[in-house]
Amino acid sequence: MSNDARVVVEARGVSKVFGASGSGQVEALRGIDLSITGGEFVSLIGPSGCGKSTLLRLVGDLLSPTRGELQVNGKNPHQARLDHDYGMVFQRATLLDWRTVRKNVELPLEILDSAPAERQERANRMLELVQLGEFAEHYPWQLSGGMQQRVAIARALTFRPALLLMDEPFGALDEMTRELMQQEVLRIWRETDTTVIFVTHSIPEAVFLSSRVVVMSPRPGRIADIIEVDLSYPRDEDTREADAYYAKITEVREALRRQEASA
Amino acid sequence: MATATADSTQRRFSGAQLSRALSVVMVVVALIAAWELYKVIWKAVDLTVPVRPDNVTMPHVWDILHEFTQPARRGGEVLLILLLRSSLVTLFEAVVGFAIGAAVGFGLGVTFVRSTTAERAFMPYVVASQTVPLLAIAPMIVIWGRELGLPSWLVVAVIASYLTFFPVAINTLRGLRSPQATATELMRSYAASPREVLWKLQVPSALPYIFTALKVSATAAVIGALIGELPGSVGTGLGRVLLDYSQRFAVQSPKLYATVLMTCLVGIAFVGVVTLVEHRLVHRRLDPEARPA
Repeated sequence: MSNDARVVVEARGVSKVFGASGSGQVEALRGIDLSITGGEFVSLIGPSGCGKSTLLRLVGDLLSPTRGELQVNGKNPHQARLDHDYGMVFQRATLLDWRTVRKNVELPLEILDSAPAERQERANRMLELVQLGEFAEHYPWQLSGGMQQRVAIARALTFRPALLLMDEPFGALDEMTRELMQQEVLRIWRETDTTVIFVTHSIPEAVFLSSRVVVMSPRPGRIADIIEVDLSYPRDEDTREADAYYAKITEVREALRRQEASA
Repeated sequence: MATATADSTQRRFSGAQLSRALSVVMVVVALIAAWELYKVIWKAVDLTVPVRPDNVTMPHVWDILHEFTQPARRGGEVLLILLLRSSLVTLFEAVVGFAIGAAVGFGLGVTFVRSTTAERAFMPYVVASQTVPLLAIAPMIVIWGRELGLPSWLVVAVIASYLTFFPVAINTLRGLRSPQATATELMRSYAASPREVLWKLQVPSALPYIFTALKVSATAAVIGALIGELPGSVGTGLGRVLLDYSQRFAVQSPKLYATVLMTCLVGIAFVGVVTLVEHRLVHRRLDPEARPA
């Protein structure tokens, strides 16, 4: 998490409108200004329909903005995608059923045309990182939900992307697994020096993980507040019981309430 | 320890095989019993509907089986040999037709999934092609084939392929569209080319769908080959034999039944081979118990 002050994501006046012109249009995002520097862990939080997943997909070039300017590593998102600057993790692990865990992790490297030996070596290292080394030859359906999600994280990091985009990755997990995974993702983030954008519904999750929490409000989706979380890393179980942690949770909750009241 | 596990797995496996073989035998015995029982009861109460129980309309099972060992023609080869030889001809035509149809169907599926315009433009004709009766088309194909100087087995194969391509095209299309939206987004995030998305994501996802179609198509290809052999006395396959014996039904009904049995066996064998290939290629969730807690 070396904050190298290099701007990784820069959004200026970004808007996204879905649907053809006319009454069927939905304004998902309006006037988003956001700047994320290298090594940050930024959470996007807000009620359904606030456009947090849309913003993530705009950054990842899975959607293109209707208006405004968006830059990733000083390039437009399309070029950044072609340069393999993104690793993505979704709520569903989306592993390929017919591939072993190792082959799933190797998939992005196959597309990047890495040599087989390098692929294997890299996949092994990533599986060690997410502590699933002994499950390399298993099939996805033989793993629990939390393990599948760890494979998805390993797969996303296997080609060393500058930016890790996570869309409610722990949304489908039980509370215990979820807390373990949060610890895991923090450890991986610190070990790999990636920048993370993390979409979540959960206030404690956002506060525990992030260096900054972006609070969004719906209809149309916009940024209501940005809250710095100045709790020191590494964070652990003690962090979850610290007063400063609770204070931040309250701060985020109040920010969410405020935009609800004004809506 | 490892050996013990392998042994017990093997024993369980052969046990399952044994009970499967047993169930097959039991069904065959039950069918024969039903057939013979029908004859006895219908004769006793003097019923002739829906089917007459006499020995021409419904020969005894043992008479049908005995017929396999009798000369097909006076002084000629044994019926079983004739049927096996004809089966090989028909099976060859069916397999070639199946291959042509599967390739065309797969190609159509891939084309349609790549281009909605192509799908909208051509899908109605693909559907329409299947509403035209094969019996109407087969003679035309025979005539065109003759004009082109094609060998008769190839003409029959083309007729068989006509029944084969449709299920494959429809199921391939369905299967290629089956991956989750996030899987497609994932491939996009790797900047995968359309070709890589096709071969690494869409085709493997489509395999279970494609094999379902191939099993339907395997039987359809046999039917297509049989029908293809009928017009203009093409070939020397089972279709010709069926036609011969059905014309002499009144005197040689056991021969016709024996031939029908043979066509069934050909179809079953073909589907069996396709299923074997499916087991090799399609990854199955073999043991749901293996999931750790």
